[in-house]
Amino acid sequence: MDIFGSLLQGFAVAITPINLFWCFVGCFLGTVIGILPGIGPAATIALLLPLTFQIEPTGAVIMLAGIYYGAKYGGSTTSILLNVPGESSSVVTCIDGYQMARKGRAGPALGIAAIASFIAGTFGVIGLTLLAPPLAKFALRFSSPEYFALMAFGLSMVVLLAGESFTKALLAMLVGLWLACMGIDLFTATSRFTFGTPNLLDGIDFVVVAVGVFALGEVLSNMESRHSGQMLPVPKGIRNLMPTWQDLKDCRFAFLNGSVTGFVIGVLPGAGATIASFITYGIEKMVSRHPERFGTGIPEGVAAPEAANNSDAGGALVPTLALGIPGSGTMAILLAAFILWGLKPGPFLFQDNPQFVWGLIASMYVGNVMLLVLNLPLVPAFAQILRTPAFVLYPTILGISVVGTFSVSSSLFDVAMLAGFGLLGYTMRRLDYPAAPLILGFVLGDSMERSLRQSLMMSQGDLSILVSRPLSASMLILTALVLIVPMFKQANAWRLKAAG
Amino acid sequence: MRLLRNGDFVSGVALAGLGVFIVVEAWQWEYLGRDGPGPGFFPLWFGIAMIALSLLLVALSVKNRDAVSDKAVDWSKVGNALYAWAGLALCVALLTVLGFVLSFGLFVFFLVLVIYRRPLGTAVATGVALPVVFYLLFQVTLGLELPVGKLGF
Repeated sequence: MDIFGSLLQGFAVAITPINLFWCFVGCFLGTVIGILPGIGPAATIALLLPLTFQIEPTGAVIMLAGIYYGAKYGGSTTSILLNVPGESSSVVTCIDGYQMARKGRAGPALGIAAIASFIAGTFGVIGLTLLAPPLAKFALRFSSPEYFALMAFGLSMVVLLAGESFTKALLAMLVGLWLACMGIDLFTATSRFTFGTPNLLDGIDFVVVAVGVFALGEVLSNMESRHSGQMLPVPKGIRNLMPTWQDLKDCRFAFLNGSVTGFVIGVLPGAGATIASFITYGIEKMVSRHPERFGTGIPEGVAAPEAANNSDAGGALVPTLALGIPGSGTMAILLAAFILWGLKPGPFLFQDNPQFVWGLIASMYVGNVMLLVLNLPLVPAFAQILRTPAFVLYPTILGISVVGTFSVSSSLFDVAMLAGFGLLGYTMRRLDYPAAPLILGFVLGDSMERSLRQSLMMSQGDLSILVSRPLSASMLILTALVLIVPMFKQANAWRLKAAG
Repeated sequence: MRLLRNGDFVSGVALAGLGVFIVVEAWQWEYLGRDGPGPGFFPLWFGIAMIALSLLLVALSVKNRDAVSDKAVDWSKVGNALYAWAGLALCVALLTVLGFVLSFGLFVFFLVLVIYRRPLGTAVATGVALPVVFYLLFQVTLGLELPVGKLGF
């Protein structure tokens, strides 16, 4: 049977009333639980997985697809409304999403996030449908040098996240790299920067850093003056709470950029939605006619990372299904669930269990539609959160941050560190240090160091391995261009200023 | 003295100090081993980069010291935020003794009364209502664990 025949059969299974109901339940629960910081898609699926064992496997898979998409959208909701990134891939959404909310455009930002999620999610699933086997082979060509080059390219996005001072952005990124280094070195078991406390041997969890720097830093900034009790504006009327036609027109390229970049990076095991969202945002800013407006609250700044975040889901399923290699933590949990249901993901899955594979793919299409149907009407309701009086809203954010952090590993040490990172985030705001480069360095630092060391082990210390392979060489050239071009522009601007 | 009020100068010096600390620590670990780079390889390089960049920041802030007044930190504005942070730090410290519900309730009461300057009744109502809602939502409904104190909740 050809692909389309199989897919139609998958749809026949996925769109029965009972399965649509499970999909709805999954999307709803995923969105509600995904809103909590620290409980990203992986944790939400792990938390709700036992529920799916009560129903038959097809319904369970469909519900899981709903949970996955719902949890991803939930993380974006708090990024936009409260500047609280629910997971690492939502950090970039905070940059423009929260600024839109501050300008009274929380509704359009949430709407754009939902539409971007739908378009890119659908693109990702189409990619998965048509390209899974060849892309799985492409992913296998990625070895440590290519991963190092990809991470270096990701880090080069710091140029585009810099704001006013490039030096400060680089320094913030280096602090992120330092934080990422903390804990036991996996190659030699040396403990690094642990200050003698066993609590740091496992390193610092992403949630502690991101929620502290973004959410707590923002809340403390808002508490600076006695007039901080002012609420963020939420315009009345449904028309003002939805994206305008112009917003959608402005986001055309962002939808496409996020969909393609997110899918391609998602295919690479271990690369993940976070690097996809940072790179997509960087590309969007690079090609934009008005790059200076990024960071001030523009729809493209929300659409691009949100699209990447969701398209990544389809991409990550490629190596999971076709090779049995989970591309991310979430995929690892899904893989475990598949195995529990007696399936064997790998090259023969498409042949041995076509009904399951196509049912899953069809359920992802359905999950995407369900997410849009469920969340677009809820945008006005979500936006009303900003009408909550500040003396209730900000303590609530602090409480959610504490509970979310504690829920990751039940560690009070993590909660204490959260308070410390809150102070760091506030200080960075006061001194005009951008927070996103710190998170970028923190998220990519560990993978970058690991892939560099693995590459040099492969070549017995010969650095030329990084440039002798076509894929890594081209990505490193691209990285160099991204870093050098703005420096030339800056030097040129200084020269012109000095001359005239 | 004027420079000490400049955020770029102070943060540059602090980050240079952090860079020196990173380099000193990294120096004690293996740089290159038989199998390739050791645990000191990566930190050493970004530590050096941190020192260089922070010294550049310090130099730029000294060079532009005439513009210091524009960039000086307004400590009067910072006070409220630091009080709120101190309250949070105390709340976190009390978690082991009082548990989440009580310490968060006290923290909310403090924020509403002292930082937001709301009437006592509002502060009490918010300080009671929020922890109860959190308890019901997270612990009872979602089954998530909240920090427990010596009183058992």
